[in-house]
Amino acid sequence: MSKLEHHGTYTPTTGVGKWIDARMPLPRLMYDSFVAYPVPRNLNYAYTFGGILSIFLVIQILTGVVLAMHYVPDATKAFDSVEHIMRDVNSGWLMRYMHQNGAHFFFLAVYLHIFRGLYYGSYKAPRELLWILGCIIYLLMMATAFMGYVLPWGQMSFWGATVITGFFTAFPVIGVPIQELLLGGFAVGDPTLNRFFSLHYLLPFMIAGVVILHVWALHVTGQTNPTGIEVKSKTDTVPFTPYATIKDAFALIVFLAVYAYFVFYMPNFLGHADNYIPADPMVTPAHIVPEWYFLPFYAILRAITFDIGPISAKLGGVIAMFGSIAVLFIVPWLDTSKVRSAVYRPWFKLFFWVFVINSVFLGWLGSQPAEGVYVALAQLSTAIYFGFFLVVMPVLGLVEKPRRVPNSITEAVLERSAGSGGGSPQLGDATASADKS
Amino acid sequence: MTDATQEPEGELPTRRDFIYVATGMMGAVGAAAVAWPFIDQMRPDAAVRAAGLPIEVDLSAIEPGGTIVVTWRSKPYFIRQLLDDEIAAADTLGEGDMKEYVPAAERIAGPDGADTNNWVIVSATCTHLGCVPNTVDNAPEGWFCPCHGSVFDMVGRILRGPAATNLPLPPYVFADESTLIVGSDQV
Repeated sequence: MSKLEHHGTYTPTTGVGKWIDARMPLPRLMYDSFVAYPVPRNLNYAYTFGGILSIFLVIQILTGVVLAMHYVPDATKAFDSVEHIMRDVNSGWLMRYMHQNGAHFFFLAVYLHIFRGLYYGSYKAPRELLWILGCIIYLLMMATAFMGYVLPWGQMSFWGATVITGFFTAFPVIGVPIQELLLGGFAVGDPTLNRFFSLHYLLPFMIAGVVILHVWALHVTGQTNPTGIEVKSKTDTVPFTPYATIKDAFALIVFLAVYAYFVFYMPNFLGHADNYIPADPMVTPAHIVPEWYFLPFYAILRAITFDIGPISAKLGGVIAMFGSIAVLFIVPWLDTSKVRSAVYRPWFKLFFWVFVINSVFLGWLGSQPAEGVYVALAQLSTAIYFGFFLVVMPVLGLVEKPRRVPNSITEAVLERSAGSGGGSPQLGDATASADKS
Repeated sequence: MTDATQEPEGELPTRRDFIYVATGMMGAVGAAAVAWPFIDQMRPDAAVRAAGLPIEVDLSAIEPGGTIVVTWRSKPYFIRQLLDDEIAAADTLGEGDMKEYVPAAERIAGPDGADTNNWVIVSATCTHLGCVPNTVDNAPEGWFCPCHGSVFDMVGRILRGPAATNLPLPPYVFADESTLIVGSDQV
């Protein structure tokens, strides 16, 4: 924290302000965290998704609390209660479509946020815990989204829950008891729906708690920035308000505009028509597909079609799928490069974009039937996914020759503006001398 | 206190160390004892287990070659009376035709190998990811899973597709000629 110099401090002017400040300085905390807090001067729009995500968490909680006032978690009434929300409840359709599409845009933003972190090396020391807290938030989001998708009690809800809880049966001996413990029965049914509703209400508040830890960790180390160079002097930073606030607000408005287009003009585009058929334990939909944000993991699950020693193909698929998320947790120690940002790592930049394209490709494969050429492609694509983390990250750091990294953020910014013909760079002595440490 | 101070530092554990460890362990046991009912309440409750008792099925209305689906423990089961030529088709399949070979006769026998008069009683939950397969009359193929394309034969053995194991057999027994009990192998 010592390196981060604040732009001004909180000074309460009113009597009430001073009274509160002496007793519980919450206004001071907010001022120091979101007004005077110094952020690197060169943050680009890739750094706005954190703010967007926190707004989407608020949208999901607000619409969710309202929906829970009308929803009935009972296997015989759940589907009808959702239709009741859609047709009878005043503005119910809006609340539900905001919630349903909010989940999709929440995931879109979190994926962009994670890709940003990978590209700019945001996970590297001293931000390992910050990254791991983010991974925990992502895991909680996946659990929340899965359970939320079960609540409308349509065909995809029911069969998605059947398939996902069926993963646990892949584990020998303990698998079936664990599955029955999760379901509260021998198959997905009323007890399952009730507990999923309870947990779907709980988990977002746990997410909010971990978000606070995430922001705390962020404010201890400070933001990274596109150059990956740590903040070294006051000229490297600008105060959070107005600079980051306005930039975040503009990005949020653009993002919300796209979200609103989906909510109002194509609310079911990202869903599945089958989920408007009430759940029927006796009839399986022809094609069970998870929501788009789970498709890459679904593809990895189905890519393992061969036994590995004593591990059956089914268990192997489940292990590969969980492993594809678990590997994110150890990324800070897999990447051996001393240079943080991909901007100065030409080979890493290339592999990063291969990884991004491959992830989208895996998602597409997950939406295709698991047969013929798709299986072989999914196996290749799964190998590329794990290869990026387990081979490229450790090896590239040792063999890659990075480009010259500027001495400071200020220098990098001025070099760029000089390169684009904008003004004459004047490197202050303070900046240059502060870099030698 | 005087005893403890007289002992050399970092040597034998003291009575106080023992009490610390014992208290800590008692605390852990207590926490586990409190946690247990919170986890245990998630298991299938008494009503669910009572609804999972064996069921009686009247078979008299099923024509030879016909299939019905019954539900036991909220999961579907196929009950199908095979025709003689369907049994013959299943018998022609050998070890090379499937992933988990079991002789067809074993799959249609009752408890203790009793003759069941060509009845096959198998789980209607695909062993891949839990979908309900469709019944097909394409001997020796008897069931086809629409989700991921697993094909099972007339007696529920996996022929091809992503499923790795045969459709499981529930416990069952014939109470008499036309009454089947699913869920128990004792009358």
